[in-house]
Amino acid sequence: MLLFKLIIKNAFRSKLRTILTILGLVIAVVAFGFLRTVVEAWYSGVEASSASRLITRNAISLVFRLPISYKEKIKQIEGVQIVSYGNWFGGVYIDPKNFFANFAVEPKSYLDLYPEYIVSEEEKIAFFRDKRGAIAGKKLIDKFGWKIGDTITLKGTIYPGEWEFVLKGIYKGRDRNIDESQFFFHWDYLNEGLKKKAPAFADQTGFYIVGVTDPRLAAIVSERIDGTFKNSLAETVTETEKAFQLSFIYMTEAILIVIQAVSLIVIIIILAVVANTMAMSVRERLAEFAVLKTIGFGKWNIILLIFGESILITTIGCFFGIILTFPAAKAFADEMSNYFPIFNVTRETICLDIAVSFLIGILAAIIPTLRAINVNIAESLTRIR
Amino acid sequence: MDRTKPIIEIRGLHKSYRRGDIFIPVLENINFDIAYGEFLALMGPSGSGKSTLLNLIAGIDKPDKGTILVEGIDITKLSESELAHWRASNVGFIFQFYNLIPVLTALENVELPLLLTNLTKKERREHAAYALRIVNLDDRMHHYPSQLSGGQQQRVAIARAFVTDPTILVADEPTGDLDRVSAEEVLELMCRLNQELRKTIIMVTHDPRAAKKARIIRHLEKGVMNAAVQTNY
Repeated sequence: MLLFKLIIKNAFRSKLRTILTILGLVIAVVAFGFLRTVVEAWYSGVEASSASRLITRNAISLVFRLPISYKEKIKQIEGVQIVSYGNWFGGVYIDPKNFFANFAVEPKSYLDLYPEYIVSEEEKIAFFRDKRGAIAGKKLIDKFGWKIGDTITLKGTIYPGEWEFVLKGIYKGRDRNIDESQFFFHWDYLNEGLKKKAPAFADQTGFYIVGVTDPRLAAIVSERIDGTFKNSLAETVTETEKAFQLSFIYMTEAILIVIQAVSLIVIIIILAVVANTMAMSVRERLAEFAVLKTIGFGKWNIILLIFGESILITTIGCFFGIILTFPAAKAFADEMSNYFPIFNVTRETICLDIAVSFLIGILAAIIPTLRAINVNIAESLTRIR
Repeated sequence: MDRTKPIIEIRGLHKSYRRGDIFIPVLENINFDIAYGEFLALMGPSGSGKSTLLNLIAGIDKPDKGTILVEGIDITKLSESELAHWRASNVGFIFQFYNLIPVLTALENVELPLLLTNLTKKERREHAAYALRIVNLDDRMHHYPSQLSGGQQQRVAIARAFVTDPTILVADEPTGDLDRVSAEEVLELMCRLNQELRKTIIMVTHDPRAAKKARIIRHLEKGVMNAAVQTNY
C-alpha cells in the first residue's frame, strides 16, 4: 500500500509537468478516438450490409441505368428469393446544405429486404397505398421537425423539377449502425413523372437489390445474374452488398490512409511527451533510487515504482480523454450529420484507447527504468555528498 | 552467532577508480577486523578513501581485490540481488544529507525498509512508530521531511536505519550537515544504539568531536589504514 502511495505521490511531485502531460494525453486520446470513429463512420455502410443481399448494377458504371424488364428475369434465376430496385434520386430539400440520401424504391420488396428498418405496420400500409407517400429516418424527422402527413418538396438535381411527397411513416434502425437519415419514396411515382418530364429516363432503374435464399450461394447467384445479361445492351455486374459499399470506400481510400497515419502520429507524439516526462522525473530522483537500492530495494521494486508512475499518468489521461471523446463526437455528429449519419464511439474504439494508453505507459517507462535500476549506488551517493 | 569472533574481517582489500585511461588507487591492502558491538570512527582527509571503505563494508560497492567477511559471509562474492537482500536484513544506513523521501511522512519513511520484510501493515506501523519513539520523534510522526529541522530529519533517518534491527549501522558524516546541538543529539543517539541495542557502528567523520564518541578511531591516509586508537568514551 505504501508503495502505491509512493507511486501516486511521485507522479504528482512536479504537479505542473504532470498536469500538462495528462492534458496532452487527454487531447491525444480524444483525437485518436475521434479519428478512429471517423474511420468507423466511413465503414458504417459496410458494417450494416447483409450477406444475403446482392446489388446488380450496370457493368459500365453506376451512372448508367438498367431496364426495369430485368426484374422478372432476375426473379426467375435459381437461388433468388426476392428482387427490389431503386434509383438514387439526389433531391435537394430547400437548400443543398440540407443534404440527405433519398431513393426511389419499390416499397414493399425493399422493406422486405431491409428488415433492419423498423416501420410500424400502420405506417407501412399507409406508405404502400399512397404513390406520393414517403418514409424518412428518425434522425431526419428530428432534424427538420417533420410530422406524418407533412408535404415535403425535393428539388431534383438528376431528375428535373420539384417533386412533392407526403410523409407517411418514420423508420428507426434496428441496430446502432443503421443510418436513420435516409428518405424513401415510390419508384412508380418517379417513373410516372419521368414519363411526362423526361421519357428517355423512364422504365429504368439504377440498381437491383437481390435477396438470395442462402448467403453461401451469393457468388453463384451473382454469376448466374451476370450470365443472364451477358452480350445484352446493358450488361450487369452483381456483387454482395458489402462489396458494393466497399467500392465507394475504395474511392476515398487515400483519405482513410491519411486519417490512420495522423492517428499513428498522434500516438508517437504523445509517447514522446510521456517518455520525456518520465525521463525527467526519474533523472531528478536518481539519488533517491540509489538510496532505495541501498536500503535493500531490488530491481523489481524500482520497476514497479517507475512503471506504476508512468501507467498511472497515462491511465488518468486515458480516463478523462475517453470521457471527453463522447461529447466531442456528439458535437461533431450533430454538426456533420449530413455527411456522417452514423457517428458512434464504439466499444472497440474505447478498448483501443485503453490499450494504446497502457502501451504508451509501458514504453515511456522502459528507458528511465533501465537507467534507475542500473544506477551505481556509490557514485550516486557521492554526488549527493 | 559467535560473538567472540569479529563481526567484520577485512583482508587484502584494494580499490581503485578509473578516470579516463588512468586508474587511481583509493584503498591499498587494507586489513583489519571489527568486533561485535564496536563503535568505530573512520577518519582521514578528503580523498583518503574512508567513504569508499564504508561503501565496501556496507556492500554497496565492490573491491578490485580482497575479501570482506561479515559474520562469516564473504560479501564480495555476492551478486547484486543477493547483496540487496543482504543489505536489507544486515545493514542500516545513515547519510550526511539524511536522504529521506520528501513525499512520505516521517512514519512512512521509517516504514519503508520494513516493506522488504514479511511483517503485516499493522506490524510495520507499530515497528516504525516504536523506532520513532526511541529517537524522540513520536510527536512528529506525521510530519513531512520539509516540516522537520535537520537534526530531526537525521533522527528519522537513524530510526529508518535501525527499524529492521540490523546488526551493523554505517554512518557517513552523520553530523556533517548539522549544527552543534543537533550533532550532539544525533551522536548521543548513536551511542545509545551502540550501548543499549548492541549495534555495531562504523562512522565516517571529519569531525574529531564526533569521532571521540566512538570507542575506536582509525585513520586512513592516501588509501592506507593506520593503527587503531582507543578513545576514552
